[in-house]
Amino acid sequence: MKKSYKIDVDCAACALKMEDAAKKTEGVADASVNFMALKMKVDFADGADPAQVMENVRKNCRKVEPDCEIFLK
Amino acid sequence: MTAKQKKNLTRILLSAALIIALHFVPVTGWLRFLLYMIPYLIIGYDILIKALKGLVNRQPFDECFLMAVATIGAIALGLVKSGDYTEAVAVMLFYQIGEWFQSYAVGKSRRSISDLMDIRPDYANIEGENGELTQVDPDDVEIGTTIVVQPGEKVPIDGVVLQGTSSLDTAALTGESMPRDVAAGDEVISGCINLSGLLKIRTTKEFGESTASKILELIEDAGSRKSKSEDFITKFARIYTPAVVYAAIALAVLPPLLLLALRMDPAWGTWAYRALTFLVVSCPCALVISIPLSFFAGIGGASKEGILVKGSNYLEILSQTKTVVFDKTGTLTRGKFAVTAVHPERLDERELLHMAAHVERYSTHPIAAALREAYPDERDGCRVEDVTEIAGRGIRAKVSGKTVCVGNARMMDDIGAKWKPCEQSGTIIHVAIDGEYEGHIVISDVIKEHSAQAIRDLKKNGVTKIVMLTGDAKAAAQQVASQLSVDEVHAELLPADKVAKIEELIASKKSPKDKVAFVGDGINDAPVLARADIGIAMGAMGSDAAIEAADIVLMDDDPLRIVTAIRISRKCLRIVRENIWFAIGVKLLCLFLTAVGIGNMWLAIFADVGVMIIAVLNAVRCLHAAR
Repeated sequence: MKKSYKIDVDCAACALKMEDAAKKTEGVADASVNFMALKMKVDFADGADPAQVMENVRKNCRKVEPDCEIFLK
Repeated sequence: MTAKQKKNLTRILLSAALIIALHFVPVTGWLRFLLYMIPYLIIGYDILIKALKGLVNRQPFDECFLMAVATIGAIALGLVKSGDYTEAVAVMLFYQIGEWFQSYAVGKSRRSISDLMDIRPDYANIEGENGELTQVDPDDVEIGTTIVVQPGEKVPIDGVVLQGTSSLDTAALTGESMPRDVAAGDEVISGCINLSGLLKIRTTKEFGESTASKILELIEDAGSRKSKSEDFITKFARIYTPAVVYAAIALAVLPPLLLLALRMDPAWGTWAYRALTFLVVSCPCALVISIPLSFFAGIGGASKEGILVKGSNYLEILSQTKTVVFDKTGTLTRGKFAVTAVHPERLDERELLHMAAHVERYSTHPIAAALREAYPDERDGCRVEDVTEIAGRGIRAKVSGKTVCVGNARMMDDIGAKWKPCEQSGTIIHVAIDGEYEGHIVISDVIKEHSAQAIRDLKKNGVTKIVMLTGDAKAAAQQVASQLSVDEVHAELLPADKVAKIEELIASKKSPKDKVAFVGDGINDAPVLARADIGIAMGAMGSDAAIEAADIVLMDDDPLRIVTAIRISRKCLRIVRENIWFAIGVKLLCLFLTAVGIGNMWLAIFADVGVMIIAVLNAVRCLHAAR
C-alpha cells in the first residue's frame, strides 16, 4: 500500500537523509522523498499499520534531521 | 518569505552589523574573544546544535558538523596565534547567507511551478431543488451527478455537457491558447477554465480518476523516477564529502610530518588552517540542490506547454533521442477522412461536390460526412428525392430532376459510365449524372497542418532518422511519407509487427546512447509505446490508457509539441551538465588553490555560496526552456 505525505525540510541533502531514514524504518517497504514537491511517498510492507509506522518514520527522520516535519493526516 | 526565513534574515543582518562594529572596537585578549563570540553564536548556534546532534547520531559528515569544526578550528587558531576571529564569524555568516538564499530560491521556484500547474479544482457546485448552488468537495461527487460550472470556474470533474454552451480555456492542460467551444453533448475534462457561459455537466468519472487529478498525481510522482544525473550526484555527494574530510586530515598532518622529517619548520598552524579551509569547501550543496531543481523546473516548464513528463529519467532519454518513429494515422495525419482532390470532367469542382453532397445527404458513412463537410451549404433549395443506397456500390438519387450516381468503379461499370482511374491514393468516389461520367472526388486521411514542419524541425534539432509505421496500404503510406520527407516507411503492419519493427530499430542503432522514441495516438499503440526507449502519446486529453502507457504525454495532438519536448529536454540536460561541471570544477580548483596555499577561507566560502547561487539561478532557467 502506498501513501503520500506532505513534508517540510530545508535542503535537498537533508531530504536524502530523511529518505534513507524512512527506508530503514520497520514496516516500510520503500520510501522516496521529492524535495521539490515536498512530498514523501511511502510504500508500506504487507500487514503494517501505516499510522503506527509513520510515527516511527517521523521519529527516525527527526533523529537525522532535527527540524524536519512530516504532516500525518 | 516564511517565518523561518525572516528570523534567519534578522540573524544575518544582526551579526553582520555586529561584526562591522567590532572591527572598530580596539580591544585585545580575552575580551576581544568574548565580544566576537556574540555575533558568532547569533549566526551559528543552530549549526552548532545540529553538529552536536549529528555526532550523537553518528553522522559525522553532516555539513553542519563540517562548518562547526572549520569555524571552531579557525577560532582556536585565532586564540593561539593571530587574534583574528573575523574569519570564523564571516565563514559562518556567509554559510547562513547561502542557506538563506537557497531556501528562498527553492521556495520561489517551487511556488512558480505549482502556480503553473494550478489545475487542482477546489470545489464542485451542485444544484439544489430550488436552483441554489452548494459547493461540495469534488471528492464526494459520485459518477452521474449533475454539476454546475459557472463562468470563471474550473471544471472540477470530467463529464459530458448536458446544457449550456461556452468556451473553455484549456491552456493549463494543453498549452494551447485558443479556447475550445463546447455545447451540449460534448465531453469536457477537468482542469479547463469555463470562460463564458454557464454549463451543466453530468460527471462520467470520479474526482480521483479525472484528468486534472491524474495529471497532478503524475507530476508529483515524476520526482520519484530519478535520472542518471541525479543518481550520479547522490553517489558523488556520498563519496565527495568524506573524501574531502580525509584529505583535510591528511593535509593537516602529513606535510608538517614530512617537513619535520626534513628538519624544517613544520608550520602546524598554516597546515591546520589549510585543512580547515578544505572543510569549508567540502559541502556538495550546489550540486545536490541544483540538479534535482533543474529537472523539476524542466518538468514544470514542459507541463506548461502541455507536455507531461513522467520522470526526470525520461527527460534525460528524450534528450538523447536520435530516431523518432511515428505512427501514421492520428499522429501525422488527422485520422479523419476529408476531400483531398476533385477531378471533374466538364463541370466545375464546386458543382461536382455540390451534386455528390446532395446524394449523400442522408448517409451516415464517414465518406458522406467528408463530402458534406467539403460542401457546407448542402442544404440549399435543390430537390433531392428517390435516394437509393446500393450496397457495395454507392448511392443513387434524383437531384433537381437529374439522376446522379455517386459510388465506386463497380457502380460506374453497372450503369455503363466510362470512368477514369486516378493517380492519387485514397478512396476514389466517382460521380455520374444521367449515365454520363462527370469525374471523381478523392477522399483520404489528411496530413496534419504541422506534420511537415515538425519533421523538419526534428531534423534541425539533432534527430537523424524519422520512421513511419502504419497498418495502412503501401500506396497511401508512400504518399504521406513522400510529402513529409520521412526516411523510412513500413506499411501494412499489424500491431505485433510494429513492436517487432521497433525492436529492430533499437537493435540496429549505432550506439547505446542513441535512443528510439515512438509517437502514437495512444489508443491501440500501448505495446509499442511500452517497447520503445521512450513512448510518447499524443492527443491524450481524457484518455487514461494513453496516460498510463506512455512515458511522455502530449495533451493535444499537434506534432510540433514533440519538437518542443525535445528542445526542453536538451536544454534542461545542458543546464544540468553545466551545473555539474561548474560546481565540481570550481570546488576542485578551490581545493587545489588552498592546498598550495593561495586560497584562504574567504575564498572557500565565497566559492561555496557563490557556486550554489549561480547553480540555482541556472537551474531555474529550465522553467522557461520552451522559449
